[in-house]
Amino acid sequence: MPISNNRLPQAIYQENFQDIHPPFETEDAALVAANRCLFCYDAPCTKRCPTGIDVPKFIQQITTDNLKGSARTIFLSNIMGGGCSRVCPVEKLCEGACVYNLMEEEAIPIARLQRYATDRAMREKWPLFIRKPSTGQKVAIVGAGPAGLSCAHVLSREGIDVTIYEREAKGGGLMTYGIAAYKVTPEFCEEEVEYILSVGGIEIRYQQELGRNISLRVLREQYDAVFLGFGVGQARSLDIPGEELAGVVDALSFIYTIRSKGFSEVAVGDHVAVIGLGMTAIDAATQAKRLGAAEVTLVYRRTEAEMPCTETELNIARLDGCRTVWLAAPAEIKGIDGKVSQLVCNLMELGVPGPDGRRSPRPTGETVTLEVDMVIKAAGQIPFEYLADEAGLEHSHGSIRVDGRDGATNWSGVFAGGDCVNGGKEVVDAVQAGKDAAAAILRYINTPL
Amino acid sequence: MADLHTNFLGIHSPNPYWLASAPPTDKLVNVLRAFEAGWGGVVWKTLGSQVKNVSSRYSAVDYQGSRVMGFNNIELISDRPLDINLKEIRECVRLFPDRAMIVSLMADNDQASWTELIKKVEDTGAHGLELNFGCPHGMTERGMGAAVGQDPEIARLVVEWVMEAASIPVITKLTPNVHSVVPTGRAAVEAGSQALSLINTIQSVTGVDLDSFVPNPNVGGKSTFGGYCGPAVKPIALKMLTTIAQDPVTSRVPVSGIGGISTWKDAAEFMLLGATSVQVCTAAMKSGFRIIEDMCEGLSNWMDDKGFIRTTDFIGRSVPTLTHWEDLDINFHIVAQIDQNKCIHCGLCYIACEDGSHQSIRLDPGNPYNTYTIKEEECVGCNLCQIVCPVDSCITMVEQRKGPEYLNWKEWQRRGLPLNDH
Repeated sequence: MPISNNRLPQAIYQENFQDIHPPFETEDAALVAANRCLFCYDAPCTKRCPTGIDVPKFIQQITTDNLKGSARTIFLSNIMGGGCSRVCPVEKLCEGACVYNLMEEEAIPIARLQRYATDRAMREKWPLFIRKPSTGQKVAIVGAGPAGLSCAHVLSREGIDVTIYEREAKGGGLMTYGIAAYKVTPEFCEEEVEYILSVGGIEIRYQQELGRNISLRVLREQYDAVFLGFGVGQARSLDIPGEELAGVVDALSFIYTIRSKGFSEVAVGDHVAVIGLGMTAIDAATQAKRLGAAEVTLVYRRTEAEMPCTETELNIARLDGCRTVWLAAPAEIKGIDGKVSQLVCNLMELGVPGPDGRRSPRPTGETVTLEVDMVIKAAGQIPFEYLADEAGLEHSHGSIRVDGRDGATNWSGVFAGGDCVNGGKEVVDAVQAGKDAAAAILRYINTPL
Repeated sequence: MADLHTNFLGIHSPNPYWLASAPPTDKLVNVLRAFEAGWGGVVWKTLGSQVKNVSSRYSAVDYQGSRVMGFNNIELISDRPLDINLKEIRECVRLFPDRAMIVSLMADNDQASWTELIKKVEDTGAHGLELNFGCPHGMTERGMGAAVGQDPEIARLVVEWVMEAASIPVITKLTPNVHSVVPTGRAAVEAGSQALSLINTIQSVTGVDLDSFVPNPNVGGKSTFGGYCGPAVKPIALKMLTTIAQDPVTSRVPVSGIGGISTWKDAAEFMLLGATSVQVCTAAMKSGFRIIEDMCEGLSNWMDDKGFIRTTDFIGRSVPTLTHWEDLDINFHIVAQIDQNKCIHCGLCYIACEDGSHQSIRLDPGNPYNTYTIKEEECVGCNLCQIVCPVDSCITMVEQRKGPEYLNWKEWQRRGLPLNDH
């Protein structure tokens, strides 16, 4: 069967894409877990959370039947705490730092407890934050992803009127469009955006794209400050022959299609190669398998020791039956009748450590050929370099340059954060960048000239 | 293999564990089940005046996810007809002659009632009597239960009536709802009671329902003070037991220890502080009679480990080690030591010492794990860090005497030695 959709019965799609981290079924189950928490001082879990959620406090609040307080503790640090409880690689963040690991005991299920508290808050639509009266100051935000929404929420709480310009028809950014469907559902993403907006003072204008419908110059003129959180673009090109063949797709587009259409509408090959081994590569590979691909192979040019995804993530792919080929760099995609038929890879060996401390791969001269009919590119994403150029913002290969954690760009009053600055990290990193920038924006607009 | 056999005033039981006078001992069917499970004896639920109970009857205190740290009841003495109780007691004694059968009594406040009740009970073949001078609710309003136990002279009078009538051993059960259990204990012993048991339940309000605003247990929108028991009361019971074991009058008689005993360890502690037998109720009400298995096995194994052949080898052994504060050795000094290989960096010792004790732990920041070390020169040896540490034997208290000789506070003052300078 060539690349095609509608490979599985509906019931199987539903089963394949059900929640991979199901919530606690009962309050008692959550309490058993919460009561195990030691309530550490200067807790390692909190220190490992990019948004610094006071984990011991929110867990203790679950045990005292103060679920409202618990949810507020989470949202105060991370307004996307609901989404992050589903998508964070907690094994390398909070749960990875849990002191129970040092006792060779199961870590506290922090993410699951966080989901327990935030789900309830969102379901009951608890108004946990009261917006201060409007100050009359206005801030424009480009991009309704995690960075933009997080920035907007902090600003709005302080009485700033916020307008978000969003390219897509829905908010949430990569949370909505770029993450495996078995982690977050599109419905949840919409609810999360609505819940964030329920604080008031934030307007999202959808299908407004920087450089097309709006310009940074105009925004800067019309608003007291501007925050850029427009993320990153498509997958990095492989720069190898055959990349134009039918069947070569970009991982984010592939995931975007899954997130925006029904599972049965998404076409997938019989034999799929996924290039790269970041979180996006895993999300693409596992979902290709779950959509009915017979064989999925993750191709990575280094070894397991250097892979960007966590072991837990890799294990999801392995349990789905995905194969991995280590130390293999794509060299050429071959085709028949304009369609992908083979992926030729150079076999690599690791050389000296590069600037990032990871050992650089170099070709051994040998090759390996995979018989595939689909190639998914997931070896990093390309920043929107042209946007930075057009706006006259300083950047490094397209990633906007900012001043420390403030997010201040070279253009006074223009701030940036999230993937468009860091090149593509976790949702939780973007949320923190939005918070940091909001603090800097508040200082900026409240400082007399 | 250690021998758990217990001889309490000639009342024999295969182990020191008796079920206390309470719902688990109020009828044939559960007493037989208890004996089949292995319990050494029972104190049959209190017989006496006819009463009527209410609904609901129990409430509990939970703690950090654990159920029934403390337990409370407003149930009265047996509400079953006396003749049925007597018939069933006789049957239990016949079926299990090797188990201790004590019957708890609370007659109306006149000698004739006590005499009549004792005669009827002795007729069943029961081995002993326990006088309920402790029930803190319902009966006190009628001048019974704790109303007797709280007044040594009334207790003395009632015991005298009982001793005139009784031909089998009499145990007087003491109420803890007094500033000291000793005066009533002495009165009972002086009046002839051959043994004491303690403690009965402690008057309590276990909590208030935050939705209905009515305390627990709720009886149609009202509540009443109940009797508190379970693991939470054990330390109070041990203290009261010790005062009985140390008093020159009350220490002459054997004691049956009661109060929050849930495991063999609890039992061993009661026995080390003077109890010959122990009585259990809450733990059995919570988990069923099957807990007796580990209670026996655990005690037996511990006795083997310690080289004790029979329980009398250690009963009362710890009593002399409880002394007056002013006799404690001021030169004895310990300091905490943290085993860095076991430390999990939770910081609980640090914050407890910093906020709650003597600021004697150093924090060296790390990401994400801080390092915690003891400031030995500041440490007062209070044990708090060791108490809160979640890792077994990670924090140890190491002896660093201040001086070689024993030196207590009285001597310290006599010599005019200096006080702390901070």
